[in-house]
Amino acid sequence: MADILKVQDLETQFYTREGTVHAVNGVSFHLKEGETLGIVGESGCGKSVTMMSMMRLIPSPPGKVVNGKAYYQDKDLLQLSDEEIRHIRGSQISMIFQDPMTSFNPVLTIGRQIAEPLETHLGMNKQQAAERSAEMLKTVGIPNPKDRLSDYPHQFSGGMRQRAMIAMALTCNPQILIADEPTTALDVTIQAQIVELVKRLRDDMGMAIIWITHDLGIIAGLADRVGVMYAGYIIEEAAVKALYADPQHPYTLGLLGSLPRLDASGRERLTSIEGLPPVLYEKPKSCPFAPRCVYKVDHCLQENPPLMTVGVDHRAACWVDPSTGRERQ
Amino acid sequence: MTDQEILLRVDHLVKYFPIMKGGLFPKQVGAVHAVDGVSFDIRRGDTLGLVGESGCGKSTTGRNILQLQVPTSGHVYFEGVDLVALKPEPMRRMRRKMQMIFQDPYASLNPRMTIGEIIGEPLIIHGIIPKKQVDSEVEHLLSTVGLNPSYANRYPHEFSGGQRQRVGVARALALKPSLIVCDEPISALDVSIQAQVVNLLEDLQEKFDLTYLFIAHDLSMVRHIATRVAVMYLGMIMELATRDELYTNPLHPYTQALLSAVPIPDPMVEEKRQRKILVGDVPSPANPPSGCRFRTRCPLAIGICSEQVPEFREVIPGHFVACHLVK
Repeated sequence: MADILKVQDLETQFYTREGTVHAVNGVSFHLKEGETLGIVGESGCGKSVTMMSMMRLIPSPPGKVVNGKAYYQDKDLLQLSDEEIRHIRGSQISMIFQDPMTSFNPVLTIGRQIAEPLETHLGMNKQQAAERSAEMLKTVGIPNPKDRLSDYPHQFSGGMRQRAMIAMALTCNPQILIADEPTTALDVTIQAQIVELVKRLRDDMGMAIIWITHDLGIIAGLADRVGVMYAGYIIEEAAVKALYADPQHPYTLGLLGSLPRLDASGRERLTSIEGLPPVLYEKPKSCPFAPRCVYKVDHCLQENPPLMTVGVDHRAACWVDPSTGRERQ
Repeated sequence: MTDQEILLRVDHLVKYFPIMKGGLFPKQVGAVHAVDGVSFDIRRGDTLGLVGESGCGKSTTGRNILQLQVPTSGHVYFEGVDLVALKPEPMRRMRRKMQMIFQDPYASLNPRMTIGEIIGEPLIIHGIIPKKQVDSEVEHLLSTVGLNPSYANRYPHEFSGGQRQRVGVARALALKPSLIVCDEPISALDVSIQAQVVNLLEDLQEKFDLTYLFIAHDLSMVRHIATRVAVMYLGMIMELATRDELYTNPLHPYTQALLSAVPIPDPMVEEKRQRKILVGDVPSPANPPSGCRFRTRCPLAIGICSEQVPEFREVIPGHFVACHLVK
């Protein structure tokens, strides 16, 4: 499969009173057609900022994309005019967000908001757009879709709002869906509903998905490939099974160890990662994870490891092989 | 284990919140049935996990146990004393033995007080130690929860979420309680920090012989920390059993669906899993369904489920279920 999206060396900074925050520090990844890529990381690791940078949604000031390229269909999204990027956003690449309450406009009906991209991007008239909107609401499993079009967001429950948001995002048949923690605010039974829905729509419509989350559990059943982010870097990237079976970065290892498992046999102590994630006021010269790392060697404090190939289609940014505890090669 | 003393017994606890309508002279037009007849007990040294989705009444149950809200009816026995019938002054003395850790470490610490003042306040209010010793006790508590004792003069905003939660734990520990109600103490924290706080809670339980009521929606974490687990839905307990029994032999359709919805961080396992996905949302607690609360989403519901509230009964020793279909 061909790459549909290729991001290279993306760097984003925020200029604040306390100093320049280096939120994204040279992120590269690619997305194949129809593929689901999971981006995992804790709050503040730069996963959302990476996507926002790519979509040109970083408010400037205070933020600025200082370096990088993001090729979508041979066009660099970062070089397009505002007019051109607007044509791509919402029709070819669309996004769903964590909080469906604040991402809808509370004074417009759901129907109005789903129909808007159809009218602007596909040039439908009001009636066509309304029909298509009702169809989409039905697709995402909202009962009585025609009647619900005239409802306002507050009349929907959290799960239904997220469904409506998915309907809005998919209404123009996008090539790529970027899902930014879409189930974090939802209860676990509703989360399972939404994940199943997205899987079904992905199989029906064939779009590629970038699913951002802090939950390694969801990604396990959803993604084909996973990138783990820390301090503005992708620190490990692999096919989903390889990542869980054979994690090569101590941070990934730590994350997996700090998760209790529903199917665990006994009650093992959780292996927590001591310390806190850093706030980067300057670009790190050493490994940003080294202060919390139990495997660190001198090399880690001297040079920040690049993403290195450590296996078949498996890359990690760590000088040390955690299985031996010694430096690689 | 059975010979352990029962520390807390909750007996048919009910909490309704009135719905008022009308401007100048509002009238009650209905009630939110937040907690509707909850009964359970916790033995000393145990951890009872109380799980359920948002709005099921688990936090309200916790608050009513500590008498932070006055229950509509029912009884809460702590060390054999009915807290509901207790007068304010004896209740205040009783409070020292039961403390709470809150969900949001950003909202539960007063931003205008230093960490030392926050942790020291309960010591001063209850007057258990001379004022001169408060500072040294605060330092001791800070190091107990893994914070640097010199942090006592700092303000909450200088700390991260995980550190603030440690302050919340230190405050709860200050009065040497026997029961701590942990109301979603880790759900606002990042994964790697969650494990730190959970490990701390486990260590402290062992060290001080604490009893926890651990309220959470994360079933994997409850499985990790609890010895017994109660599953709540719309103000009622659907199932209660020891941890291993509940997770290996869930009898209530809701528990089964809830467990099936939890993702497991292993792609090989996820690939083979057959999910039971519930349809629809949780109904409004202001107008709960007749009969069994869960029947509107239950894949197995039959006629009797809408007519009769299923009895919460012991089907296997120590395993309680409220379902008509469980024999």
